[in-house]
Amino acid sequence: MTASVHPTIDEHKQAPPPKKAEAEAKILVASQWTLMWRKFRKHRLAMVGGVITILIYLVVLFAEFLAPFPDAAFSSQYPYAPPQPLHLFDRTADGLRFWPHVNGYAVTINQAALKREFVVDREAKVPVRLLAHGTPYKLLGLFNADLHLVGPVEYDEDPTRILIPMYLLGADRMGRDVLSRLIYGTRISMTIGLIGVALSFIIGLTLGGVSGFYGGMVDNIIQRVIELLRSIPTIPLWMGLAAALPSSWKPLQVFFGITVLLSLIGWTGLARVVRGRFLALRTEDFIMSARLDGNSTARVIRAHMIPAFASHIIASLTLAIPGMILAETSLSFLGLGLRPPIVSWGVLLKEAQNIRAVATAPWLLLPGIAVVIAVLALNFLGDGLRDAADPYGR
Amino acid sequence: MLQFILRRILYMIPTLIVVSIISFIIIQLPPGDYLTTVVTNLRATGETIDEATLAAMEQRYGLNQPIYVQYWKWITGIILRGDFGQSFEWNQPVSALIWGRLFLTFAMSLATLLFTWVVAFPVGIFSAVRQYSIGDYIATIIGYIGLAIPDFLLALVLMYIAFKVFNQSVGGLFSPPFVDAPWSWAKVWDLLKHLWIPVIIIGTGGTAGLIRVMRANLLDELHKPYVTTARAKGMTEFRLILKYPVRIALNPFVSTVGWTLPILVSGSAVVSIVLALPTTGPLLLRALMSQDMYLAGSFIMLLSVLTVIGTFISDILLAWLDPRIRLTQ
Repeated sequence: MTASVHPTIDEHKQAPPPKKAEAEAKILVASQWTLMWRKFRKHRLAMVGGVITILIYLVVLFAEFLAPFPDAAFSSQYPYAPPQPLHLFDRTADGLRFWPHVNGYAVTINQAALKREFVVDREAKVPVRLLAHGTPYKLLGLFNADLHLVGPVEYDEDPTRILIPMYLLGADRMGRDVLSRLIYGTRISMTIGLIGVALSFIIGLTLGGVSGFYGGMVDNIIQRVIELLRSIPTIPLWMGLAAALPSSWKPLQVFFGITVLLSLIGWTGLARVVRGRFLALRTEDFIMSARLDGNSTARVIRAHMIPAFASHIIASLTLAIPGMILAETSLSFLGLGLRPPIVSWGVLLKEAQNIRAVATAPWLLLPGIAVVIAVLALNFLGDGLRDAADPYGR
Repeated sequence: MLQFILRRILYMIPTLIVVSIISFIIIQLPPGDYLTTVVTNLRATGETIDEATLAAMEQRYGLNQPIYVQYWKWITGIILRGDFGQSFEWNQPVSALIWGRLFLTFAMSLATLLFTWVVAFPVGIFSAVRQYSIGDYIATIIGYIGLAIPDFLLALVLMYIAFKVFNQSVGGLFSPPFVDAPWSWAKVWDLLKHLWIPVIIIGTGGTAGLIRVMRANLLDELHKPYVTTARAKGMTEFRLILKYPVRIALNPFVSTVGWTLPILVSGSAVVSIVLALPTTGPLLLRALMSQDMYLAGSFIMLLSVLTVIGTFISDILLAWLDPRIRLTQ
């Protein structure tokens, strides 16, 4: 039942079984998007990538609900506390019972190194619950809520402190919850990817479109500019430009500044794709006939050309997001990108810059795993979309 | 061929000019001019400032003149006298600080390029010839992961493993006795012993990409009639594959140098900061942090210029290898 079956051949043979004919009739009238979806569904890795991408963006939307604590809540008592495993059942004299809890810590002071060391204490139990009440927040910025997916049964009213420890993924230098920060970091890192790609898409579509549609001198100039930008090593350039952002800027301004910088250099790939599609389409018969019918240039582009390559563009956009995420992470890791109190994966990994810190608290590298998962998922999704968008592909 | 080279050189010149303008803009971006920074710094250390020195510096950089005059003075100083300006943080001419580090950066990038080729070539062929075999799947998975892991994360993880398992640090490019030693064969050997760690870290992403390109290209070729013809003649499979389709599929190795080199130089900047290598990365970062702008700008410009020249050389090589390229246009 693939789209490549030639229905016309069947007309000369005996009538096919009605069910098959029906399916083929559906293919004949199916829109391009339906065909794409069918092809995409067969690409298993791409489906997995798509599902993971959706999950990640759900985390972005519901960060406050999923994170047990606010991202800035700290505790001077538990710096570098190791992860506490979550137990769902408790073993008592009467047998097992459902009583979610985490183990507490036993603190020992290492006299030689003069620092506190934590051992997970099997005896101490901190009761936790699903859908626990905790720090109030605004869900999606609209509704007042205070439910968190997991949280300690008892919690502190002060949103800047963590009194009852529940560090499912460990704590950082200031006793902040790595899991919560990872979840809030997802929001920033994934958003910067989206906004950055959207901005470079606007630049790329405009310049690539102009370049491909008009050709000639304009095309030549724009192509030279693209080659120029591609021949410069991006990270040193980004470092130079990012370092020039005034240090008096507020975190949000820095966020947009960095996004604009990333897209100013990152639009070239998209512009190339758009130009290539324009060049290929320009000579197609249906474009010629649309022009002969007296359509304006704007209408030819909008109504005839863009629908013809929209699917390719979506695939290229998806493939461009990982690059943005990696660039932001690298810059923030170096201390030139986003700055605290904004939490992104790069900002979190900056905590792990020092090998001593990593050796004491290897869980600080966890945001790196988040980066790898997100980049892989988006790559698989983009590859699948690209294959699905290609009507001649195998 | 000569015509092709000349045309490429003509294309390169505007690129180099724009690169220099961008670097100059980066130098100018931080608020306040160079002289005020110097003066504040000298004041901070309690030194008195000689009026004559100030005037001489003003003259040298054209600080009171319009911006294009400043640019002109800066760029002619570089081209005619090799004068990149003064690094106030190190209190030395920039040119005294950068060449050694630039050399190591490009030595590292070239070593990485070779590593990428040496690994991607056989693995790519294997993946294509034995498509959908276990080896192909493993290569694909490793390739994807290599593409997804940021270089610096790989460096961190390797450092962590080296620290935990072998209880040693992996930073640096030389053993302590060789750091300040003059160049000798022993020092080169010592460099090679340290170089492989950053080379693997920086090269993973590029290798992964190249394996995929090689595999896809070779897969396209393997089903063409000339391969069947050669097989029908009774040629051994090994010879057949290496002699015909691989040669065609090889083109990406040369043609991707152009965009591989900038990526490698970029990657080496971040990795060398994590591993504390004596290349451009750490010094560039430090210069940017302390707004030592002549040093930072010179680094950015030279990295870009050398990359552009590297791309130019690869284009010439490609045109020499493949007549189709030099004959079009």
